[in-house]
Amino acid sequence: MPLFGNEDVKAAVADRTPEASVEPRRSSMSAFLDSDIFHSFLRSKVTVAAALGTATLFLLALLAPWISPHDPFDLATLSIMDARVPPVWMEYADPRFLLGTDDQGRDLLSGIFYGMRISLIVGFCSVIAAAVLGISLGLVAGYMGGRVDAVIMRIADIQLTFPAILIALLVDGAARGIFGGIDREVFSFWILIFSLALSFWVQYARTVRGSTMVEKNKEYVQAARVIGIPSVIIMVRHILPNVTGPVLVIATINLALAIVTEATLSFLGVGMPPTQPSLGTLISIGNDFLYSGEWWIAIFPGLALALLVLNVNLLGDWLRDALNPKLR
Amino acid sequence: MFGFAIRRLLQAMIVMLVVALLAFTLFRFVGDPVNQMVGIETSIEEREALRERLGLNDPIPVQFFRFVTDAARFDFGTSYQFRQPVSDLFAKRIPATLELSFMSALFALVVGIPMGIYAGLNREAALSKLFLSVSLVGISLPTFFIGILLIFLFSVTLQWLPSFGRGEVVEVGSWWTTGFLTISGLKALVLPSITLGLYQMTLIMRLIRAEMLEVIRTDYIKFARARGLPDRIVNFRHALKNTMVPVITITGLQLGSIIAFATITETVFQWPGMGLMFLQAVQNVDIPIMAAYLLLTAFLFVAINFIVDILYFVIDPRLRIGRA
Repeated sequence: MPLFGNEDVKAAVADRTPEASVEPRRSSMSAFLDSDIFHSFLRSKVTVAAALGTATLFLLALLAPWISPHDPFDLATLSIMDARVPPVWMEYADPRFLLGTDDQGRDLLSGIFYGMRISLIVGFCSVIAAAVLGISLGLVAGYMGGRVDAVIMRIADIQLTFPAILIALLVDGAARGIFGGIDREVFSFWILIFSLALSFWVQYARTVRGSTMVEKNKEYVQAARVIGIPSVIIMVRHILPNVTGPVLVIATINLALAIVTEATLSFLGVGMPPTQPSLGTLISIGNDFLYSGEWWIAIFPGLALALLVLNVNLLGDWLRDALNPKLR
Repeated sequence: MFGFAIRRLLQAMIVMLVVALLAFTLFRFVGDPVNQMVGIETSIEEREALRERLGLNDPIPVQFFRFVTDAARFDFGTSYQFRQPVSDLFAKRIPATLELSFMSALFALVVGIPMGIYAGLNREAALSKLFLSVSLVGISLPTFFIGILLIFLFSVTLQWLPSFGRGEVVEVGSWWTTGFLTISGLKALVLPSITLGLYQMTLIMRLIRAEMLEVIRTDYIKFARARGLPDRIVNFRHALKNTMVPVITITGLQLGSIIAFATITETVFQWPGMGLMFLQAVQNVDIPIMAAYLLLTAFLFVAINFIVDILYFVIDPRLRIGRA
């Protein structure tokens, strides 16, 4: 990437590719540590910083139940008297609450840890769901060809002209209409995953379709077909392992996008409910108190979200460039 | 060129039909339209009468045909929550959304293009690196959070600009209301336009920078410099002109997403446009408004795509020769 990296060094590192493939196989870890990718990773300070930042934020989210100073979901420890306490460096602060509290007296720092956890869970689940959907449709389209391919890819083309957020909103609205009578608290998580998956599958499908069309003409697939292996097994067991490489890159880049979209939907009131707040829900709660001067309720979760997305984005950008042979 | 336009037009119509089918499915099968329109005390006979009158007992293809012909005449039925024709509701809110979209597109172009040119020509300058870092942060900040930050800074803390609504509006013609003619209307436009346009601005800046970097390496630029032409002429007359083709394409395509992202900005700033109405419709499962919004934005997207495709031919002479 011209933005940060030193291209000459990257190119010099990349030049060693052929030699690496001739060497006998070693354990995968040491092979990774000596790979071009790992070298280009170490060359870019920003990427190393982003990786460390991402790892820290993921750890904080993962360990939220153990490291949070308070349990924001334990109603017994909440007191409305503690509501809207400012951060410790301001007047009227309470030393128990480092970043202050929200309108229900929940500790904001703990809320952010837990919120990040929910944001990340939704992000990962929706990326996986979108990838599964996109890979399956891409495999089928690429392998079958003909009409099936035309139908699937035209749908993909049409969908690509609309922004993902719009599709997510529409799917969300429709799902609400269908599951109207059912408890929202339980279903909003699944509706969210479903709408995010439907908004982001196209990229996977296009990529996988392209590589499937290349793979299906290779000899190993023809051989499999000749000995009478069913199409489904050829697709899943034979072609799939050979087309998943680029999918990982898309997934990394889409993770940041999924987190932002989830936060936006939650902020708009159609995502996670206030009882299971993600970062977007926290910002949406805080937005109501912005005008009365209680800025910390919205700003701190917002900064956490921005930090998370920035780090994941930087990592994704680097991964895309490092794996792109054109840029070498 | 003519055959190409016809083919594109046909494709656009097929896309619109597919979207109409989606909107119709949404309208017809998500929830029961009759139950949404009547109260609890309505008897079963009355419900049946209404069902018959709305034509909900006709065969599905007939209903779909009627849905499409009605939509073509801007008749999208009656909103469940407002009990008013959907088309009237949209007509009232379209000016607000279009003015906001126009201002943010203007902001994105007027600020993004000069920044991109500068960053492309002075690759190593500290200011260029600053632009790029800022743009990266701008891409990572979600639109709604940018809005909140701007409100916090300029409305709550400094109290310079209003944080919600359109300010005073003036009626122009029979149904258009504009905020361009009053001071408070213009002031109200500032923060929402910046919020909405910031992402597009960073995109345009990065695009122009990348294009500039590529173009100034080409032979004809080197030749122009060798001829001793002044920098100003080389940079603007030779280089910039050739970076504009992709910029026009992207700007056109981004116009559509500006209108879509207006939903978020309008919610943050309580801007009385159609995005805000659409969002309230999603929250309240007001299907006719959702279906109409889907059709309307789809039409906008398809129209913009079509125009951009045609523009390609007009702008890039190489395409015309290739096809002839």
